[in-house]
Amino acid sequence: MARDLTTAKKFLPLGIHLFLFLLMAAVPLWAQPYFVILLNTILMYVILTLSWAIFSGPTRYISLASAAFFGIGVYTMAILGQRFPLPLVIGFGGAFSFILALFMGFLTLRLKGMYFIIFTFGTSELIRHLILWLEANFTGTVGRWVVMVDYSVVYYVLLVIFLLALLTAFAIARSKFGLALKGIGEYEEAALHIGINVTTLKTITFATSAFFMGAAGAIMATRWSYIDPAIAFNPLFSFMPVLMAIFGGIGNPYGPVLGAALFALLEEVLTTRFPYYYMLLFGMILIAVILFLPSGLLGLVKRKSKQPE
Amino acid sequence: MQLLLGKGITKQFGGLTALYNIDFHINEGEIVGLIGPNGAGKTTLFNILSGAYPLSAGTTWFKGENISRLKPNEICRRGIARTFQLIKLFGNMTVYENVLLASLFGASESVSAEEAGRHALEWLDFVGISAAAAAPAADLTLANQKRLEVARGLATRPELMLLDELMAGLNPAEVAEAMKLVTRIRDRGITIFMIEHVMKAIMDISDRIIVLHFGTKIAEGTPKEIAAHPKVIEVYLGV
Repeated sequence: MARDLTTAKKFLPLGIHLFLFLLMAAVPLWAQPYFVILLNTILMYVILTLSWAIFSGPTRYISLASAAFFGIGVYTMAILGQRFPLPLVIGFGGAFSFILALFMGFLTLRLKGMYFIIFTFGTSELIRHLILWLEANFTGTVGRWVVMVDYSVVYYVLLVIFLLALLTAFAIARSKFGLALKGIGEYEEAALHIGINVTTLKTITFATSAFFMGAAGAIMATRWSYIDPAIAFNPLFSFMPVLMAIFGGIGNPYGPVLGAALFALLEEVLTTRFPYYYMLLFGMILIAVILFLPSGLLGLVKRKSKQPE
Repeated sequence: MQLLLGKGITKQFGGLTALYNIDFHINEGEIVGLIGPNGAGKTTLFNILSGAYPLSAGTTWFKGENISRLKPNEICRRGIARTFQLIKLFGNMTVYENVLLASLFGASESVSAEEAGRHALEWLDFVGISAAAAAPAADLTLANQKRLEVARGLATRPELMLLDELMAGLNPAEVAEAMKLVTRIRDRGITIFMIEHVMKAIMDISDRIIVLHFGTKIAEGTPKEIAAHPKVIEVYLGV
């Protein structure tokens, strides 16, 4: 009964999730390599957007540091890829990003609103330039070669990271900490005064979301075979998750997943079909969505499902 | 027994001294009123007690423990709850969720989800807004939003409740209801320290009143003593 008193979102039954995952796991068995590689890009964006939304969704702290966490994962693979087995390096990539996010969290989560956004973006850029400088001055390189991994292995690894991120997102959304994060987004001062350890909760959630970004970075590095700071810490990795999450809707984990998947697919279709007008079309679609669907695609689904009543 | 004790409480904002060298105490089971003209430092004192502001000088003790350096969440878990002069609710969350969150996080030891839920509903019932449990908090009337803030504070299981202008903006009937609510909270064994501008309310229900003026304590005593205090009359009436 208490469930009816909450704003908690209803989730699809477990069976449907399981079925969808089995379906996705079977894709490399029949699909063309091109399709699997396309799915890799889509999955990468889905993971980035979903993990971004784990923290930024409920708390409304807009982080532009995703590129930093992703890039740390990329560099972890570039540096340690030949020395350790693949799963271990991916774990390292996530762990390093987690630690960086803890550190950044303690520094930046005191800031609110615009200051937080600018600071996360600035820190991300700072890390990019720091690594560029370190590479140029100490290792004498600009870029690095990365171990190659078969595209279907990349696909399965991304699928596993996606699954873990999704489970984490659901677990947080259903727990009391999810409710507390929402409270922080609603009125942080009030949350603090009813006994919520706001700083610790924000920092740990921020770091958890960074873990998945780092892991995704580590596996994606293998697909590029050559990386440099401009590729690994591309600011687009910070901006895209925000746009994709807005596109899909931030209310629950389905929004970011849906938003990222369609957005990435759309980008691919537009670049291949309309190479000259793709940016123009892309921009127009984005503006239309923001103007007419303020709560994203998810809002559209909700409106449709409410109509018959 | 002294529940809360403050000695030499001083707060400066840059060059401005908002509170200067205030000594006071609250006994267990009392209703203590805090009055004073606008800008006297009443809310600043509450912000210090609840941990929102650090002290410039002085010390506060709660049940014998020095709480001067604790953060608001730590102070809440030790048993001091508060409401705000300008309501600070989780507007897009339901009334029930507002109180549930306090029940889940405000207690000194962790509670199960079921127990927290039951506890939240009890306090909603206590303040008389359980019928609105499923509504978004922002949709309530001002009087009910104030009740919700009280319920949220109570759900953290406090021994001391700081009420900041609970009655401001309420009509006479609502003020009477609010006064009844305050005494009912005290009857539950919760001590009350309240800022109030509605003089009738504060005079009727306080056991003791503390008067602040320009950041210093100018008087303290029973409502009768305060009403006859020459300094208080001077401050309020300017004669």
